[in-house]
Amino acid sequence: MGQFVYSQEHADIDLGSISGNTQVIAQYYNEDTLINAALPDHIMGLNSFTNVNYSRGKFNAGIRYETYLNPLEGYPSGFAGTGIGYRYANWKNERLNITIGNFFEQFGSGTILRAYEEPNLGLNNALDGIKIKYEPYQGINLTGLIGKQREAFNDGLINGNGMVRGFDGEIDLNTLFDSTFADSKFRISIGGSFVSKYNNDNTTPDFILPKNVGAYGGRIAMRYGKIRFSGEYILKENDPYPNPTDERFNYIYNNGEGILLNLGYSTKGLGIDLSAKHNDNMLWRSTNVSVAPTSLLIGFLPTMSKQHTYNLASTMYPYAVNFLGEVAFQADIIYKIPKKTKIGGKYGTSININFATAYAPNRTYLNDMDSSRNSYTSRPFDASDSAFVKDFNIEIKRKFNKKFKAALTYFNFVFDDRAILVAQKHELIYADIFVAEATYKINKHHSVRIEAQHLRTGQDRGNWAYGLIEYSISPSWFFAIMDQYNYGNSVEIERLHYPLATAGYLNGPHRFSIQYGKQRAGVFCVGGVCRAVPASNGVTFTLTTSF
Amino acid sequence: MKKLFTLSFALIATVIMTAQNGKSIPSMKLKTLEGKTIDIAQIKNNGKPIVISFWATWCKPCKAELNTIAEDYEDWVDETGVELIAVSIDDARSSGRVEPYVNSQGWEYTVLLDPNGDLKRAMNVNNVPHTFLVDGSTGKIVWNHNNYSPGDEEELLEQIERIAK
Repeated sequence: MGQFVYSQEHADIDLGSISGNTQVIAQYYNEDTLINAALPDHIMGLNSFTNVNYSRGKFNAGIRYETYLNPLEGYPSGFAGTGIGYRYANWKNERLNITIGNFFEQFGSGTILRAYEEPNLGLNNALDGIKIKYEPYQGINLTGLIGKQREAFNDGLINGNGMVRGFDGEIDLNTLFDSTFADSKFRISIGGSFVSKYNNDNTTPDFILPKNVGAYGGRIAMRYGKIRFSGEYILKENDPYPNPTDERFNYIYNNGEGILLNLGYSTKGLGIDLSAKHNDNMLWRSTNVSVAPTSLLIGFLPTMSKQHTYNLASTMYPYAVNFLGEVAFQADIIYKIPKKTKIGGKYGTSININFATAYAPNRTYLNDMDSSRNSYTSRPFDASDSAFVKDFNIEIKRKFNKKFKAALTYFNFVFDDRAILVAQKHELIYADIFVAEATYKINKHHSVRIEAQHLRTGQDRGNWAYGLIEYSISPSWFFAIMDQYNYGNSVEIERLHYPLATAGYLNGPHRFSIQYGKQRAGVFCVGGVCRAVPASNGVTFTLTTSF
Repeated sequence: MKKLFTLSFALIATVIMTAQNGKSIPSMKLKTLEGKTIDIAQIKNNGKPIVISFWATWCKPCKAELNTIAEDYEDWVDETGVELIAVSIDDARSSGRVEPYVNSQGWEYTVLLDPNGDLKRAMNVNNVPHTFLVDGSTGKIVWNHNNYSPGDEEELLEQIERIAK
């Protein structure tokens, strides 16, 4: 809807404006015992939300209405019914910004605090309380917040019992001292955070659990010309959690430590990025009882690896951050061979090389579970020999002429599923994947895209092949058919096909699509968080729109 | 009565079809790749057209759209004075990849970072790519589009030319 201004003879009254968006996903499930398809009693799942926001001058407010009747298969538990899941009111001017009700926020990289949402994963840890942002002087930004955290949804928002309070300050020194530094080639900003949670959920008689746990963070970001560096350090006080699967991590009184370092160089045509991360016992939640894996997280621990998009590379053996701790490294080189050169071709050729790896930290176990329960000691960036994952990938993309472009990608994974527990047989998996993709533009509005993927492995379920053809008619239509075939499975009856057909219609901000066929069981990841998706056979309708 | 019903229906249909158009860009401070802070509502581009395109380094159609426009961007600017603002919704996992990618492709766009999805939420974006066209002289959205198929950039250019007159 647009801006409503009611105009009389003498006065213009600004009535404000309303906007929002809607997303609806509905699935109808068929029985399919061959692939172990999920078949709930209610046969149909529907996840939907609609945001309606009102805005007038410096004031805005809104609500979100959510519906899970019933939640889609594979969605985490804790979602049911229909009701209001988010509501807020906000006032802001150039210096001050006050929000009451629900809000999202991130301090630094998010390791110490990140309230965010990822609806496709069923993750929403919105805070509910009050947030104040203040810029007392140019270049200085302060944020204070306090609230309860969203834990579940049952005919409406349900907050956990714990409380989170936080304060963050960031100073951009170039803006602060702009008379001398505004146009300097050297830029620097520093920031610090303090986050504390209060929780009284767990009254186990065995241990004295701290009710207030604090975490401290400091960060710096610098750049000089083409080089940039950023670093962040987080220290979390002891915060014992139950761990029913591993006694060495069960109610331990270690501090948590997180270090994130990033060094980058980029110039026209070339970008290099190096990252290193050390996490030890950095998982923290606003509760100290056992909850669902993605519930009540206060911080966000990003996975230090590239988010792959090709089907076999992203859903078969995806790596998700190890909550107990890891030492991770990543290197990224993106280079574009210049256009109009012999090797680059008329339009240039892009090459992207990426390598990511994560190790369990070297821990020296103390055997003090009867006394101080510090369990182990470890040093920053001291990695053990056991790698959780090694992910090497290289991608080459080239446009040949106005009609044709292609990409070739190669992935090589070493994936320790004995620790990660994602595939069926929990073994050490060696896999490599080849992908070829080509797009051909038939005419001004019609184009076709083809993808062929092949996964080769001697472990788990053996080799897979994948093919996709997508036809699109700009700007309104697209059609696709794809198939995944586990031809290399050592068990003959498990050599299954998973065909899927999709059609969609687009108009401006509206998008409607329908999908029919079989979906393989897999893992769907966004950021550092993954959700296992069960196999299914049926129809899916998706509608997204903004207004 | 029937006339009123038809009129109301037509009004509602028009409202739904024009969806979001006519609204202003919300005021929000975002960081550039250099670390400077800009309020996106303050970007006026001297009254010329402004394109705001939400993208991410993991979104292939987003990169396809922005790379395709990049090939002709200089001509678009010469012809219409348009400024394209590419807002990246990469979070802490992939935000380190934004600058190397942008520079390796040689984009001339203004790139802003929206790591926790604040602007994405404020502009009611569901999925990326989502591209908005803003009339710089009024600050209001005149056109927006979700998704990208090869050829969509031509419709965007037509819309830019329409308001650049």
